[in-house]
Amino acid sequence: MNGPHDLGGAQGFGPIALEADEPRFHAPWERRAFALTVAMGASGAWNLDQARSARESLPPALYLSSGYYQIWFEALERLLAERVLTGPGQSPAPGLRVLQADAVGAVLARGGPTEREPGGPARFAVGDAVCTRLMNPSGHTRLPRYIRGRCGRIEALRGVHVYPDTHAAGQGEQACWLYTVRFEAAGLWGPDTTAASVHVDCWEPYLEPAPR
Amino acid sequence: MSGNHPHDRSLSEMDVRVRALETLLVDKGLVDPAALDLLIETYEHRVGPHNGARVVARAWRDPAYRDWLAQDATAAIASLGYTGRQGEHMVALFNAPGVHHLVVCTLCSCYPWPVLGLPPAWYKSPAYRSRAVIDPKGVLTEFGVTLPETTEVRVYDSTAELRYLVIPEQPAGTQGWDEDRLASIVSRDAMIGTGLLKEAA
Repeated sequence: MNGPHDLGGAQGFGPIALEADEPRFHAPWERRAFALTVAMGASGAWNLDQARSARESLPPALYLSSGYYQIWFEALERLLAERVLTGPGQSPAPGLRVLQADAVGAVLARGGPTEREPGGPARFAVGDAVCTRLMNPSGHTRLPRYIRGRCGRIEALRGVHVYPDTHAAGQGEQACWLYTVRFEAAGLWGPDTTAASVHVDCWEPYLEPAPR
Repeated sequence: MSGNHPHDRSLSEMDVRVRALETLLVDKGLVDPAALDLLIETYEHRVGPHNGARVVARAWRDPAYRDWLAQDATAAIASLGYTGRQGEHMVALFNAPGVHHLVVCTLCSCYPWPVLGLPPAWYKSPAYRSRAVIDPKGVLTEFGVTLPETTEVRVYDSTAELRYLVIPEQPAGTQGWDEDRLASIVSRDAMIGTGLLKEAA
């Protein structure tokens, strides 16, 4: 969706607030909000793409005026209300995993790999000229606005990965080929850029061959 | 009254909300408070940019390791013990004369946790996420970094589950240093692409 999270190329946010010897957390509640988000993320009640979708679906004014752990927390509250505490008296939905302390190390070490066995050959090869589709889906996508309808070249094939657009929508992994695409910065921004190139990871459904 | 008054022990709104939710989830049996403590301990004290600095130092010292990092960064980094959440699929970006890499996540906060720890607040801020892809040299100026006019900046936007680690150029005069000493000059920001190496201790 064209939400407040899709920030590439936006202007007017001012200087970057740098902080010498920045602490990992800026308030006690940030620690707990972080840990609650990670722990509930391991419950199986939602997947990572659904969590991202919940964050970017926050009201734009709330999103842009919140620090990142608050964004996580606001989304966590909504995910719990929608998916977990749904029974009478907010009783939890059945079948959820509870992350126990003795499993934390193994769960973190395993992570959540998204690469899957290829179901077929890749459509594109390194060096191919491609363009991203011009699209404005109302649901979750990982194709930023600034790169839609733009043309570049395939820089690398990254294997077959879970497709976030369907995964967030509860329509399964539908894993597909993932590519890193190099876009020349002047082709994105005209003369108003100091980048030489911008490199974006694009799933195959985002791409089509460049017109000859 | 000011919330910063030293005698004011009231909790902030966020403190109250987060405590309330944690209490609810513990009461419902959905979270183990000891697991929360361990998650915080892990990412506040154990995982951090000192891990990534070992990767860079090894790459500088060992050409075979550098080649491995270029071919399969996930495996090369895992060989040093850094694996898992938010580092499942790693890619190393090698700076070179005239070529500088900068990493951003314009859509959220994607960051290579096993090698750099949790991201700093600025990395997740609209100011950084919006400008990194259009004006990286302007961004670098705010970090006190001025690149030569002719150096090209390649910006990597972490839109998928690939996580990027910048391998800075090894500074002149550090050949023959041992791995610990090399790692000591590798800053977090140098591995994001926003900073320079540290002065040698």
